[in-house]
Amino acid sequence: MTIRESVLVLQDGSVFEGEAIGADPVGGIASGEVVFHTALTGYQEVISDPSYAGQIITFTTPHIGNYGTTPLDNESSHVFARGVIVREMSHRRSNWRSNNDLDTYLRGMNVSGIAGIDTRRLTRVLRDVGAMPGAFGQANQASVLSRAQSELGTSGIDLVQQVTTQQPYIVGSGALQVVAYDFGIKSTILRCLSEFATVQVVPASYSADQVLALNPDGVFLSNGPGDPEAVEGAPLAIRALIEQGIPMFGICLGHQLMTLALGGKTFKLPFGHHGANHPVRNVRTGSVEITSQNHNFCVDPNSLKDIADITHTNLNDQTNEGMRVRDVRAFSVQYHPEAGPGPHDSRYLFNEFAQLMGQR
Amino acid sequence: MPRRSDLKSILIIGSGPIVIGQACEFDYSGTQACRVLKEEGYRVILANSNPATIMTDPDFADRTYIEPLTVDVLAAIIAREKPDAVLPTLGGQTALNLAMALHARGLVGKPGTPELIGANAQAIETAEDREKFKIAMIEIGLNVPVSGVAHNIEEALQVRDQIGLPLIIRPAYILGGRGTGIAHNEDDFKKIVLDGLAASPINEVLIETSIAGWKEYELEVMRDRADNCVIICSIENIDPMGVHTGDSITVAPAMTLSDVEYQQMRDAAFACIRRVGVETGGSNVQFAVNPLTGEQVVIEMNPRVSRSSALASKATGFPIAKIAAKLAVGYTLDEISNDITKMTPASFEPVIDYVVTKIPRWAFEKFPGTSGVLGTQMQSVGEAMSIGRTFAESLQKALRSLENGRSGLNCDPPEMLMRDKSDDEMIAQISVPTPERIFQVGECVRRGIARERIYEACRIDYWFLDQMSMITDERVVLGECGFEKMTVQLWKRAKRLGFADAQLAYLWNVDESTVRARRIAAGVIPTYKAVDTCSAEFSAQTPYHYSTYEDENEVRASSKPKVIILGSGPNRIGQGIEFDYCCVHASFALREAGFETIMINCNPETVSTDYDTSDRLYFEPLTQEDVMNVIEAETLAGGVAPRVIVGLGGQTPLKLANHIPVELIAGTSPHSIDVAEDRKKWSALCEELKITQPPGGTALTISEAKKIASKVGYPVLVRPSYVLGGRAMQIVHDEAHLERAMHELSVAGTLGREGGLSSERPVLIDRFLDDATEIDVDAIRDATGEVLIGAVMEHVEEAGVHSGDSACVIPPPTLEAWVIEAVESYTKVIAHALDVRGLINVQFAVTGSQVYVIEANPRASRTVPFVAKATGVPLAKVASRVMLGASLAELRTEGLLRKPVSGKHVSVKEAVLPFSRFPEVDTALGPEMRSTGEVMGIDSTFGRAFIKAEIAAGTELPTSGMVFLSLNDRDKPSGLVVAKRLRELGLGIVATSGTADYLQRFGHPVDRVVGKVSEGLTGNKTDKQSTLQPDDAVELIKRGEIAFVINTPQGKGGRSDGEAIRKAANIFRVSSVTTINAALAAVQGLFEQQSHPLEVKSLQEYHQQ
Repeated sequence: MTIRESVLVLQDGSVFEGEAIGADPVGGIASGEVVFHTALTGYQEVISDPSYAGQIITFTTPHIGNYGTTPLDNESSHVFARGVIVREMSHRRSNWRSNNDLDTYLRGMNVSGIAGIDTRRLTRVLRDVGAMPGAFGQANQASVLSRAQSELGTSGIDLVQQVTTQQPYIVGSGALQVVAYDFGIKSTILRCLSEFATVQVVPASYSADQVLALNPDGVFLSNGPGDPEAVEGAPLAIRALIEQGIPMFGICLGHQLMTLALGGKTFKLPFGHHGANHPVRNVRTGSVEITSQNHNFCVDPNSLKDIADITHTNLNDQTNEGMRVRDVRAFSVQYHPEAGPGPHDSRYLFNEFAQLMGQR
Repeated sequence: MPRRSDLKSILIIGSGPIVIGQACEFDYSGTQACRVLKEEGYRVILANSNPATIMTDPDFADRTYIEPLTVDVLAAIIAREKPDAVLPTLGGQTALNLAMALHARGLVGKPGTPELIGANAQAIETAEDREKFKIAMIEIGLNVPVSGVAHNIEEALQVRDQIGLPLIIRPAYILGGRGTGIAHNEDDFKKIVLDGLAASPINEVLIETSIAGWKEYELEVMRDRADNCVIICSIENIDPMGVHTGDSITVAPAMTLSDVEYQQMRDAAFACIRRVGVETGGSNVQFAVNPLTGEQVVIEMNPRVSRSSALASKATGFPIAKIAAKLAVGYTLDEISNDITKMTPASFEPVIDYVVTKIPRWAFEKFPGTSGVLGTQMQSVGEAMSIGRTFAESLQKALRSLENGRSGLNCDPPEMLMRDKSDDEMIAQISVPTPERIFQVGECVRRGIARERIYEACRIDYWFLDQMSMITDERVVLGECGFEKMTVQLWKRAKRLGFADAQLAYLWNVDESTVRARRIAAGVIPTYKAVDTCSAEFSAQTPYHYSTYEDENEVRASSKPKVIILGSGPNRIGQGIEFDYCCVHASFALREAGFETIMINCNPETVSTDYDTSDRLYFEPLTQEDVMNVIEAETLAGGVAPRVIVGLGGQTPLKLANHIPVELIAGTSPHSIDVAEDRKKWSALCEELKITQPPGGTALTISEAKKIASKVGYPVLVRPSYVLGGRAMQIVHDEAHLERAMHELSVAGTLGREGGLSSERPVLIDRFLDDATEIDVDAIRDATGEVLIGAVMEHVEEAGVHSGDSACVIPPPTLEAWVIEAVESYTKVIAHALDVRGLINVQFAVTGSQVYVIEANPRASRTVPFVAKATGVPLAKVASRVMLGASLAELRTEGLLRKPVSGKHVSVKEAVLPFSRFPEVDTALGPEMRSTGEVMGIDSTFGRAFIKAEIAAGTELPTSGMVFLSLNDRDKPSGLVVAKRLRELGLGIVATSGTADYLQRFGHPVDRVVGKVSEGLTGNKTDKQSTLQPDDAVELIKRGEIAFVINTPQGKGGRSDGEAIRKAANIFRVSSVTTINAALAAVQGLFEQQSHPLEVKSLQEYHQQ
């Protein structure tokens, strides 16, 4: 097997040597904001999660690709992540569910990657310095560095535009009518919602009137990539829908957008939360849920003091993980109750949404 | 929910002696529990019969009862201490079973009695009772293998008819899979069912459809009383279903499960712990997965901390036992902080960015007659764990951690044994699970045998086979490259795949030191990463390291004086928990004295590999390469080279002493160690010191051996150099036997195994001292020349029985004062001559008026913890300080060295043997050590202390019925005393004709005379014999008519008669003793017990006297 030498360079000049995997990047270099993900399983779900638009995903788990890939585990039909960084890529897979190996999958999805990296060193850099732009490829180190330095990162950029559906579409055939804003929605969320609802998935740009015209029992605000403050128009529509008294449930970016709609604030975490082991306290019951998380931006709970009650808090860093808006039927969480990948501890929230809509 | 204030005192039940299936992982968990509950302000009462444990140190509990673990004893402790609660989930299956028995007697878990915390009786019953467990699982919608329960053979046959063969038979309430087996045919089925019914304390077996070949997984779950559940670790077994998980090579985290499958398993594990009702603490849930369909079934659940949880703790850095103890007293997971990050709570799921591999270590070589085939009963005696960034790296590290003469996945001299085998032979071999299988699979992969064929034969998942092929492919590349042309990249790749320098040396036919020098010259040295529970997401505060070859080294600089303590590696017979005790004590003592202590070890069961035992922990193989790497890394990090302690971890570190720069060795010099170990130099020294040795000499060849033997006269004792636990030692009675013994050693030599004969390792041939009393002395000598005698121990069994298998007593019950004086003074003379700094153990034998010195070991011995507990003097702590330069006088002033307690108690250490696992084996004791563990009995007289030790060791002493007596001629005179006592105790006597004649001649009636057994065994009884002697001993034992067996082996030749009797006793679980001294001690104890009922007393009380 020939080794395609490749190099990863961060904006601060840190260099990591490895070998190329997956597709050849356009122009020989891939770039994006480098983040790390700590889940032990679920690499395919992570790679295909549209929330990673603009980002290069470092897997802290050293062996990636062991169980191959299957279309069943795609969170989206496209991969929006800019690349993957792994320590050890399994070229051969073993699992009854899989129909492809990861390398072939990456090529098919036109995603490039770099393997053989000291991902622990990389993670320690990102942990200490924060998520950072970076670039990798088989080009010479200087050009990779210059690409890393010209990479913009994710702050202030409306990445939702890149990932949202162009056309509305329907999923499921449940009794309840749910309109789901697609800011980068994951398939697993649609599966959870369609257990009780007919879900009309609409583009991020849909106005409140367009949504109301669909006569929904409830509105769902999906996850999605990047900086909530950069998402044009959505907060306005959300605010109007809340004021109409439509039951509403938001996840991740949806949580942040609901916050902004209500006049609250968001801020960027140093290196974000990307993993499947984050402890979250359910404030109402006191119990701890192990949650799947994937966000770089975060809601400032103080900015919500007068409008919403905090329902969930992260036990690692005490950041906000969920809220319930006072006097209206709207709630949202920062983490991913749908899992995919990750634990199922918080799936009850979908039931709560169904109940909120007055049925089931 | 904070800690419970309604509880004031808690009784923790330990797990007793180290046995197969229950090893020092429960010392690790018990020690954590004791510590944390004491810190929480509870009054901690501990019951454990094992003196070699850290947990039974008087510092770890308020009251430490080193007493037999029986219901009666625990009842007495409860009556005396009146604890508010009993915590049974940290002492293995032993503690759980005892808790259930106490509950059945109404002594715990009922109003007015101590509460059972951790798991209540109902939860234990649901998890442990196979049938109830199945019903419970089906109730919550989980799949279980189709099965039925049987209490007798008729019920079993009905189940068989319903399900059909092959079937797996699992007894209820057992540990380590004892009595478990897979039956492929009728005969096996009946046999395994009968064994299983006998093994189960409630005579119940579960018979289920065999899913051998499925993938096997374990999840470690924790739950708190607010019903928060987390998974600490997933473990995947490389060996598929069919091999006990304790005998399987296992990997963490799970490697071949997709997230969808993993989450399904996680949900099932939570449903399981909730349904079973384990309210707080850790449990282990085992699953099988059909590799073709993904179907998952629940196999079993342990409602307690287990061997796997110890592994999971070491694999992740999450201290399961400590947290379990906190949860048991009311905390919830989110109230407890993660020790390693300090920033985050314990209510999370650890993630790891490395791969952990555990490989068991077996001792089949010590049990001739065993098949060596692995199955559903655990047979391993220890395990090694390794950490690498990838599976390939961690597998190779784990294989060299085993110290079995292997350097990794082949690419070492022993691989030559497989070279002549055809592909078909190799495939046939890997279809049978054995300790060698992993190497055989590696060889099949190297040969390029079709992957499907390999998989079909061994059912090791394709992914693992592919990973192994990365190792074997790289080997080809490296071999073709040759060491002259190695590039930095190639070096890195080789090391990242876990290749040891020793493997490369073999591959290139150069010295290991050459490889090392070249590699270092190329700048390729290991980087040390940290185990931090969180894949570097948070900064780790605890320096728990493993090596790999990457970019960044995480070892922190430090300027404190440092001491590296080399641990003892995987447990094996002869080197177990006692040495871990010494290493841990050294770490504690030296930390307190201001040193930064650094532990290197690869045994996941131990306290020494707990992340907070030492200032730094390196989880690394104990090989020359890996140890030197740590020394160099620490030298870099500190600017000054650390001192290294090689004298506390048994043979493992001692063998490394010659490879470590001599100026770094703390304590006795390697030169002195060599003088004591090398039989020739040792003999010369004894002559010089005018200390008598048994006549003998050293031999390298059979003819030399014969010459010596004919000079000193048979019987002789044949002893190889540099061995532990009497490996391959034999008492040889004639020349033919001598030839056999020497031949075995020379074959072993080519295998590179312990005990092999080679030019560097001569064999010592001594005149065997018949009927001698053996004595052990533990002592410490400091740099000023003062020698502290720790204790003089008298062995109960005569010389010829390995000291590790012999009971021994402090103070010596029969030795005359002059003998004690003589051995003490010889010990001092030898310690001076060897310029010992630290511990020395000297063994003597006494016959009549002659004291012989047998051997001296200038290192910690197996008896150090026993002596410490008997005398109250912390020998290991004192020794470690002495090794680093303190004088005994200084330590006395400091208060560390106390006077031995002058109480009137007698302490007996008794060995615990694993024969119930190996029914094919003769239980007679000999010069090769075979015990896995030890217990201690303390009481006011020798007899009573001995009885306690016997009860603790699991010997069932007779209170009524018939005792079978069969003695060799030498023992017959003492047999008279035994017979007299038995009669006084109201017991009947059955004897073989020779013994019966003798007894009757001296006026001792015998109730029944039985014939030789050999006829009974072959079934060729003649009419004459059967009319005269209708039964033989084996028959009587089988029929349950014998309550106790006293059988002393004939010294010479035909052991067969006695052997059949001893085997029968073993198989039918009739307790036996095989030496006359043990018989004398037992009857004496029983006699004293009649007038003096059992009393319990804590170590703290003994030590106060």
